[in-house]
Amino acid sequence: MLPSVTPEKETREPVITISGLNKWFDTFHVLKDINLQVGRGEKLVICGPSGSGKSTLIRCINRLEVHQRGTIIVDGIELTNDVKRIDKIRRETGMLFQNFNLFPHMTVLENLTLSPIWIRKMPLKKARELAYHYLERVRIPDLANKYPGQCSGGQQQRIAIARCLCMSPKIMLFDEPTSALDPEMIKEVLDVMVDLAGSGMTMVCVTHEMGFARTVADRVVFMDAGEIVEENDPETFFNHPQFDRTALFLSQILNH
Amino acid sequence: MMLAKWRPKPSLPSPNVGPGLTGWFRKNLFSTPGNALLTLVCAAILLVTVPPLLRWGLLNATWLGDSRGVCDAASQGGSSGACWVFIKVRMGVFMYGFYPLAERWRVNFAVLVLASALLPIFAPNLLHKTRRQILLSIAATLTVFCLFGWVPAVFIAFYLFAPFALERLFQGKPFLELFGSQALAVAIGIALAVVGGGLVYYAVLLGVDAKAAGAIGLIALVLMLFLLFVSRLTTTGWRWVLLFTVYPLFAFFMLVGDVFGLPLVETHFWGGLFLTLAVAVTGMATALPIGIVLALGRRSTLPVIKTLSVTFIEFVRGVPLVSVLFMASVMFPLFLPENVTFDKLLRALVGIAFFYAAYMAEVIRGGLQAIPKGQFEAAMALGWPYWKMMGLIIIPQTVRLVIPGLANNFLSLLKDTTLVAVIGLLDLLGVAKASMADVEWLGFTKEAYIFAAIVFWIFCFAISRYSVFLEKNYHTSRQ
Repeated sequence: MLPSVTPEKETREPVITISGLNKWFDTFHVLKDINLQVGRGEKLVICGPSGSGKSTLIRCINRLEVHQRGTIIVDGIELTNDVKRIDKIRRETGMLFQNFNLFPHMTVLENLTLSPIWIRKMPLKKARELAYHYLERVRIPDLANKYPGQCSGGQQQRIAIARCLCMSPKIMLFDEPTSALDPEMIKEVLDVMVDLAGSGMTMVCVTHEMGFARTVADRVVFMDAGEIVEENDPETFFNHPQFDRTALFLSQILNH
Repeated sequence: MMLAKWRPKPSLPSPNVGPGLTGWFRKNLFSTPGNALLTLVCAAILLVTVPPLLRWGLLNATWLGDSRGVCDAASQGGSSGACWVFIKVRMGVFMYGFYPLAERWRVNFAVLVLASALLPIFAPNLLHKTRRQILLSIAATLTVFCLFGWVPAVFIAFYLFAPFALERLFQGKPFLELFGSQALAVAIGIALAVVGGGLVYYAVLLGVDAKAAGAIGLIALVLMLFLLFVSRLTTTGWRWVLLFTVYPLFAFFMLVGDVFGLPLVETHFWGGLFLTLAVAVTGMATALPIGIVLALGRRSTLPVIKTLSVTFIEFVRGVPLVSVLFMASVMFPLFLPENVTFDKLLRALVGIAFFYAAYMAEVIRGGLQAIPKGQFEAAMALGWPYWKMMGLIIIPQTVRLVIPGLANNFLSLLKDTTLVAVIGLLDLLGVAKASMADVEWLGFTKEAYIFAAIVFWIFCFAISRYSVFLEKNYHTSRQ
């Protein structure tokens, strides 16, 4: 373990435990021996160059990708091929995608209420109240009856956040949530994410937004070529990287 | 530092707005010498063909009267028009085939119930408000009361108002989750439904005859199954459930009869437009769901299911519909034990349903391929199990994408119903052909064919326009 781990983090109970994780796409070794723990309420940022396996890693956590070796334990449930376990874990985790992936044939309100009604078996009225509550929270209550196609990218991503929150997840996974957005819209999404971080949600974010990592993250993980190169608290990570690879990445991403 | 105020420029009208009627003509009909020539040729063709057709079909045609004599007199008087009296006299046969005259109200009633059940589903823009739906239901009930009496009126009232009640009643915890395991819940549910159906059967048996009790008991059983396993549906959802459970049973008992004091009308008396629509509607309603299941099966990762689906689809696409119908009517009975018989119409229906299911499966599969992977991932990440995800998130999007292809299939299904003539069922075209052989009315083939063509065209055009409406409707909502 690296010396920079603060005592506060050690007291956190781990909610995601990944050990000895290996994954191949056909013959390509995409994740190599990943060991990672995320504590309850922790904000973890994963960064790295494209193709480094960071998206694959985060997608393994809710089984959108199947791993071949190693164990992943989410909230006390180990991921296996058992469909019931997978469904259970997926209901505990919300995921944000680069392309929002809202359901285009439904209104925003329906997007938000569909899963609580059909998966959580919530009465319609309660689901609607919940949906309006979270739309308020992501600051777009007036879009409830629009269709996703009529909303801007930033609005769509915030709707997607609200859609996840309606399922009251314990963990939120962010897979490059701002990469497909115009610069002017990135801020509105990041504001909501910062707000969410303040509420004590466990968050795992794959992102290139280094400003967000600096202000919100408890820990930053840097990956390259399918491996975790280093992990550290943001202060140390940005100011005193331990490996030359990290320093190179930081210099490229911060001084373009 | 003082910043200058920036204002966006005002928007100007587009220069592309056309300069009126002459501009439109010049742009669309006479833009180049070649196009001008084409326009003139087309106009000439229309001038040569349309007036004689109008003269024959409308101006010189015989409309009034009720016997051949009127038409003969007209043609002796030098008029060379159509004899629509022929169609008028035989209208009953064209519409109902040989369905007994006194029983035709049953067909009308079944069609009326279907129409008032479908309208709220298929005209969402017109009837989206609950108040309007209730008004429609009341109007339909009153119409039925005036036309057919109070018993049918009570039925249609129950049928049309049930969805409103069901939506409010079934909002609680689904039956499937009341017990620990789903298998147990399914077993208890089926047992309950059977017992309930049996109780209804015996209750009715005390008052009416055994067949009526059987009919009502069966309807009660099917309904109970759905009531137990389906929950939290909207009014429209319940309308769909009733449409696929109660309505088919009702239509069957109503049209075939032999219960509730209705005389038996065997299916070989069915014919005309009624038979065409009966075959087409049941074909469409069954082929699409089967097609969806086949499409999903073909994309399945389970090898057995995939192979079965592929084999079925490729086999059916490799044979003509006529041969499927022949198989159903001639070959199929050979494989059955002697005392087991299936109705000929039923066999034709099954044949058409599976035949078109294979085609629709491929259309649906094309749509499934166009759904972005992210849609599946988003649904899975939210914890949706496979069938629910398909039914509520993926298939609705797919069907919207493939509306043109599905409309194509529906249209050709409607027109292919004429092929049931080869197994001896007289649909609209079959009746038209048969009526030409009537010794009293020899020589009116043109009228019969044109009438059949017009009726088919009306239905096909309606389907086609409806598909355009649906496309526009969904397009505007998705932008």
